Amino acid sequence: MSAADQTNAGRQATAALGAKEAATPAKVPAIELKGISKAFGTVQANKDIAIRVMPGAIHGIIGENGAGKSTLMSILYGFYKADKGEIWIKGKRTQIPDSQAAISAGIGMVFQHFKLVQNFTVLENIILGAEEGALLRPSLAKARKELKRLADEYELNVDPDEKIEELSVGHQQRVEILKALYRQADILILDEPTGVLTPDEADHLFRILDFLRKEGKTIILITHKLREIMEITDTVSVMRRGEMTATVKTSETSPEQLAELMVGRKVLLNVTKTKANPGDTVLEIEDLRVRDEDKVERLKGINLTIRAGEILGIAGVAGNGQSELLEVLGGFANGTGTIRVNGQDLDLTGKHSDGQSRRARGIAHVPEDRHHLGLILDFMAWENMIFGYHSDPAYQKNPLLMDNAGIIAHTASAMERFDVRPPIPTLPAKSFSGGNQQKIVLAREIERDPVLLLVGQPTRGVDIGAIEFIHKRIVELRDQGAAILLVSVELDEIFALSDRIAVMFDGQIMGERLPEDTNEKELGLMMAGVAT
Amino acid sequence: MEKTPKWIDVGLIPLLNLLIAFVISGIVVLLIGENPVQAIKVMIDGALGSPYGWGYTLFYATNFIFTGLAVAVAYHASQFNIGGEGQATLGGLGVALVCLAFPWPHWSIALLAAMIGGALFGAAWAAIPAYLQAKRGSHIVITTIMFNFIGASLLNYMLVNVLRPRGSMDPATARFPKSTYLPTFHDMPLIGQFFGKSVPANISFFIAVLACFLVWGLIWRTRLGYAIRAFGRSESAARYAGISPVKIVMAAMLISGALAGLMAINNVMGTGHRLVLNSVEGAGFIGIAVALMGRNHPFGVFLAALLFGFLYQGGGELALETTIPRELITVIQALVILFTGAFDNMLRAPIESFFVARANAKKEA
Repeated sequence: MSAADQTNAGRQATAALGAKEAATPAKVPAIELKGISKAFGTVQANKDIAIRVMPGAIHGIIGENGAGKSTLMSILYGFYKADKGEIWIKGKRTQIPDSQAAISAGIGMVFQHFKLVQNFTVLENIILGAEEGALLRPSLAKARKELKRLADEYELNVDPDEKIEELSVGHQQRVEILKALYRQADILILDEPTGVLTPDEADHLFRILDFLRKEGKTIILITHKLREIMEITDTVSVMRRGEMTATVKTSETSPEQLAELMVGRKVLLNVTKTKANPGDTVLEIEDLRVRDEDKVERLKGINLTIRAGEILGIAGVAGNGQSELLEVLGGFANGTGTIRVNGQDLDLTGKHSDGQSRRARGIAHVPEDRHHLGLILDFMAWENMIFGYHSDPAYQKNPLLMDNAGIIAHTASAMERFDVRPPIPTLPAKSFSGGNQQKIVLAREIERDPVLLLVGQPTRGVDIGAIEFIHKRIVELRDQGAAILLVSVELDEIFALSDRIAVMFDGQIMGERLPEDTNEKELGLMMAGVAT
Repeated sequence: MEKTPKWIDVGLIPLLNLLIAFVISGIVVLLIGENPVQAIKVMIDGALGSPYGWGYTLFYATNFIFTGLAVAVAYHASQFNIGGEGQATLGGLGVALVCLAFPWPHWSIALLAAMIGGALFGAAWAAIPAYLQAKRGSHIVITTIMFNFIGASLLNYMLVNVLRPRGSMDPATARFPKSTYLPTFHDMPLIGQFFGKSVPANISFFIAVLACFLVWGLIWRTRLGYAIRAFGRSESAARYAGISPVKIVMAAMLISGALAGLMAINNVMGTGHRLVLNSVEGAGFIGIAVALMGRNHPFGVFLAALLFGFLYQGGGELALETTIPRELITVIQALVILFTGAFDNMLRAPIESFFVARANAKKEA
């Protein structure tokens, strides 16, 4: 049986797509999954998944949030146990009950959120969990030598004695890769690796991945960015709703086709918009400063203006003060400096600096994190549709009671207008997909006809089909004369929507550009703080 | 994705959990050397078999409804108020002071005033921990439990040094004037004929039922309830919406403390007719179990309070009629809490997937 399986696997491997060296017959796939299924309660996260990746290939897995990519990788790394299915590594059936087993099978994982000890040095992090013996010195010396070799070979230079907290995000990621390589990994899984990187850092990462591929390492790249898939992978698998809908050669596909496979229908990747016709200045920010709880200055003197009928896009790597800017504008962080809306000052501290006061001034806010800010996931759609505006007299039946029936009716019609599916007001928010959740937030905020709309990461974790709709609505609101502040870490989105682009780095505005006068490379340098 | 029917979620699963708790209790009874069937018969006879038993069961249930609602309201704001005991103690003080303040012309006026007194004192006792939580971040669980002890000591001091009538050796207040005595079930038209003169259940029971409706309205029909639930589910989202955490914590805890304090109209004004030490008798803590089992819904709290009233009264009978010690009832209560609260998910997951599988099979067929 196992012999038959082997030959069978070999035959299939020959036919396997994409791997560059697949020409040699009977070559064994580095990793092969057969019929993997996993359910969480009633949710089928993975359904009969099959993948085959040849050594020396980069295989992309693309799919929308909740499509089951992360579950699949967690199974591969021993965090979850599959309900059904087999894992074959280098032609051998392998059980992966925990991450130790995964490591000894040669699998290395680079998580989206790094797992590094912040106040340890690079070297200490590398050997953590792979110490040989009770004394550290021999292991450290060995790691230092190995690290030098890896750095030379793969352009993975990091100072081994630097503490993690001193390193940039891009370098921290390299440490994660080094950790995996130090543990002799020859199958490397990267989960959304470019989410926190500047375009420049991302390019460097891809260069490293290319070196690794040439060395015969196998790489699985999980992402939702079509561009990255097209740029670096040899083959790509598309996941949708827990199933693997297609596996294709990257060279034989196109972003449009992949998008269609992901969503299940044709999608427009770029929204068409007319040129902006800006009016009077709506928002003026002068020397805005914000300190966090540890008294660290997060915004270091921001100056911005936005006019009516204009979208200002704020580009930048996550964590450079964009969130703080939205928080202080939205009324849930204190700051110093001056913010004027239509010529009148906003309170930046005290009683009248809260979200209610901001809404009263016509500032609507689609927050970056809809799960923790924009929505209450356990609340039903109709309860979420008035969230933040629940004190509005229009929603009260009498001074004591809320007009629940009226709100439900209002929600039903708003859901219709914003194409929220399913349009059931009494469904809890958590039952909707990411895109539909975002549409609920968007409906709530846009339908208040704000003078200023704050939008943070409007399409993060949103299915491609909904992106098109959301972008259209934002542009429509602009055309009705609202001023819009857009914060996004996706440069594509910044270019698609903005009439003007400001780049943020380290709590400061590095500079402003018009989208037609700049390009990703220039913005990338500004995002890294090296250009203004 | 299929969902399990609601009756399974709120009906079948709690009942099954209860059944398991009783079966294990039965095994414990067996181990002590008594007959479990006999024991359950004594409990049911004692608590539900006669108007006398019902009188006590409903009396206890009244206490538990108030303290259960108190825990539930705080819970909706994600505040774990385990100070119901202390708040009910202080509520007793408030009720006693009102009753003794002057010769009330009629019990109904006295009751209204006593409700205000009990609620105010209970709320005040919750206000300090609430303030410390809202403004200083001192954990409400720690402070409320400390306030239980402070409350007990305060009552002790008040009874021994201030309220004890001259010449009395008993750490208790004087008897309340007769005009403040609340009508018991015996005094009521229609049902009065069934109940003996000494029945403790009184009009407070109906006030407790009314409180269930009011709490339900508050939580699910008012703006404040909306804000409380929003804050309880997601503090960060509440801040985004401009809901003040300080206001919500204070409001929810004041209402919670007031509900716990209201319990005193039942045990102090309704039956004790004077304030004694430890008149709350642990009802504040039972309230936690009641809220847990009642899933913090007023209707669930009502049912759970009835169950615990039954356990309390039936357990008392058990101690009288058999050699089973009274403490066993604590074991049974603990088992009930364990299975309905802590082990809830043990049965839930398999039962839910069973029903989902069945529903899916039906759909495919």
